[in-house]
Amino acid sequence: MDQIPEVIRTIPLNYYLFFSTTLFVIGVTGVLTRRNAIIIFMCIELMLNAVNLLLTAFSAYRSDANAQIFVFFIMAVAAAEVCVGLAIIVMIYRNIRSTDINILNNLKW
Amino acid sequence: MQEVAMPANNPAMALICLLIPLLPFIGFLINGLGNRKLPVGLAGFIGSATVFISFLLSLYLFFTFNGQPYLTDIFNWVSVGNLQIPISFQIDQLSLIMLLLVTGVGFVIHVYSIGYMHHDENFGKFFAFLNLFIFSMLLLVMGSNYVLMFFGWEGVGLCSYLLIGFWNKNQNYNNAAKKAFIMNRIGDLGFLLGIFLIFNTFESVAYAEVFSKATQIPNLLNAPVMVTITLLLFIGAMGKSAQLPLYTWLPDAMAGPTPVSALIHAATMVTAGIYMVLRSNVLYSLAPDTLHVIAIIGLITAVFAATIGLAQNDVKKVLAYSTVSQLGYMFLALGVTAYSSSMFHVLTHAFFKALLFLGAGSVIHAMSGEQDIRMMGGLRKKLPITFITFFVGTLAISGIPPFAGFFSKDELLAHVWEHSKIMWAFGVFASFMTAFYMFRLLYLTFFGTFRGTEEQRHHLHESPSSMTLPLIILAILSTIGGFMGMPAVFGARHYLADFLSPVFNNARIANPTMFEAAELSHSTEYMLMAISVGVAVLAIIVAYITYVKNRTVPAEESARLSPLHNLIYHKYYIDEIYNALIVRPVMWLSTNVYRFIEQSIIDPVINGFGKGVIGGGRSLRLLQTGDIGFYIFAMVLSIVLIIILNFRFW
Repeated sequence: MDQIPEVIRTIPLNYYLFFSTTLFVIGVTGVLTRRNAIIIFMCIELMLNAVNLLLTAFSAYRSDANAQIFVFFIMAVAAAEVCVGLAIIVMIYRNIRSTDINILNNLKW
Repeated sequence: MQEVAMPANNPAMALICLLIPLLPFIGFLINGLGNRKLPVGLAGFIGSATVFISFLLSLYLFFTFNGQPYLTDIFNWVSVGNLQIPISFQIDQLSLIMLLLVTGVGFVIHVYSIGYMHHDENFGKFFAFLNLFIFSMLLLVMGSNYVLMFFGWEGVGLCSYLLIGFWNKNQNYNNAAKKAFIMNRIGDLGFLLGIFLIFNTFESVAYAEVFSKATQIPNLLNAPVMVTITLLLFIGAMGKSAQLPLYTWLPDAMAGPTPVSALIHAATMVTAGIYMVLRSNVLYSLAPDTLHVIAIIGLITAVFAATIGLAQNDVKKVLAYSTVSQLGYMFLALGVTAYSSSMFHVLTHAFFKALLFLGAGSVIHAMSGEQDIRMMGGLRKKLPITFITFFVGTLAISGIPPFAGFFSKDELLAHVWEHSKIMWAFGVFASFMTAFYMFRLLYLTFFGTFRGTEEQRHHLHESPSSMTLPLIILAILSTIGGFMGMPAVFGARHYLADFLSPVFNNARIANPTMFEAAELSHSTEYMLMAISVGVAVLAIIVAYITYVKNRTVPAEESARLSPLHNLIYHKYYIDEIYNALIVRPVMWLSTNVYRFIEQSIIDPVINGFGKGVIGGGRSLRLLQTGDIGFYIFAMVLSIVLIIILNFRFW
């Protein structure tokens, strides 16, 4: 634990935990309650970032770089996913002039 | 010391052994695959030529045979634990004789079929089946172990089914085919159990090993296991060789085309049972109790079938019951340990019975399909070649010297005489009946005046040369065939017995007392001969007076018969008894099992599973609302559940 810079310790790890949990719950609530597909997307980003933050915090406190590699992966994958997802949403919008997920139920039984 | 079958180290010999069964198989493939495309002439040529080449190769093997049996390994077929079943062929005295018989008579019948089946639309298919039959039969006689024999055994059974039901547009013919198949399966079950027991006892199914072990293991003579093995094998032989009580399929099998009746039901397949017993002669010699059973069943069959033959009016049915009766003779000979006499009768019987069947086919051909001898008569002048050859065959089967049947039947009866005088008397009685019903058939068909319709009278014609030539060949064989086994009194060598003798060496070691020759005095032998010839001549005269002089014609279908005559005419109602005792109860049982177990228990359970899955799917389908919000909610809820469960709060 000696190698951890003093400046990091000025904020305790618990704070990070609470903060990222709050962010994650906000994301989940957004995903569950909103109807606009783009906002749902943004809420998913929020959840991903909450996890990223937590990973970074733990990584810094334990001076272990592995978690930061994960963070990079998550960012890259999220970016790719957003590309595809946004493209789909744009196409949906062009077709039905709406991104309301409640009317996107054509594939039901 | 018995020579053990050695592997043949000559690759050329191995190739010949392989080719003998392979050629008919190739013929089967060509004719079978090219059924509708091959021209009729080519199909017949391929079918006959392949068998003819096999015959030539068998002849080559026969003339180069040096008395030392050998094995030809082709490849290893089954290898499980200590069970080794190679595809390998054993060439020895017994299989050589059978090879010549199967390919030789088979070839002649193939040639005959070209003429007989000429107008049939499924000509190619017929030859394909015939070739497949020859292939199976060759495997049966050449195989070096019981499993390979069983393979060929089932193969000929299948071909018999296919050929009996060849004209499958007629449901009666199909029923006859099924009857043959099912009756044979009953016997096959016995054969199969016998093979299992052989493996269990000797830890091998190869002849060479089983037979040498049989001579070495002590106290096998009349041991329960030997009696069981031989009885089980004999049940198989009973089915295949149409012995009481499994004989009723053979007369019905006459529904097939006549060349089939000649090939399968006279010359080759039905003698497979005899071959199998001969092949297992060591085992049988170790079980004298079984031999008694065989002798009794053979004798009963010989007499019983002969009496039925007396009253049949279908030309092929008479011959069919005659075959059953003659097969009974062969088993009788086996039962009194006259092994080589039995083989002798197999050979001569193959010649003259094939001849008689083919002659009957020629008559049927001329009569445009009519088989009832009440509608024939006076065919002598219209069908001269058929008449003369048929006459030769009739003389041969009746035991008139010097035709083939005389020598074999006389030798056989002489051995029975040594064994038991009563059995001999019954044998002679059956012989009297044989001569009577055969001459009854001959007189009613060829003598007197024509009794058929005007239309048939105009159609009468001698058969084409492809049919008469085989008749002539077989007639010659039936005439001279007996000379390979001249009785000792005539001072000539018994070529066949001398040739076959080494086959029984193991049996001599296993049970020496059985082979102690009981020498018949020459006067006894002359007396036996005189009696059997006298009996045959008497039967011929009685038949002549009844059917030629008094011009008796068997009664119409509607006429009332005397009770005894009626009983015989209806074949002792055996078929009806089987129907009542076995077929009907089985049908009743299966109908009820179907109704109460299948329909009320099994079907609902199975259908219940299906219905449950369908219903479940129908309900679960409703979860697919297409509502993304709901999906996401379900997903989050599931993840939360997974996390909670992973924490194991309890």
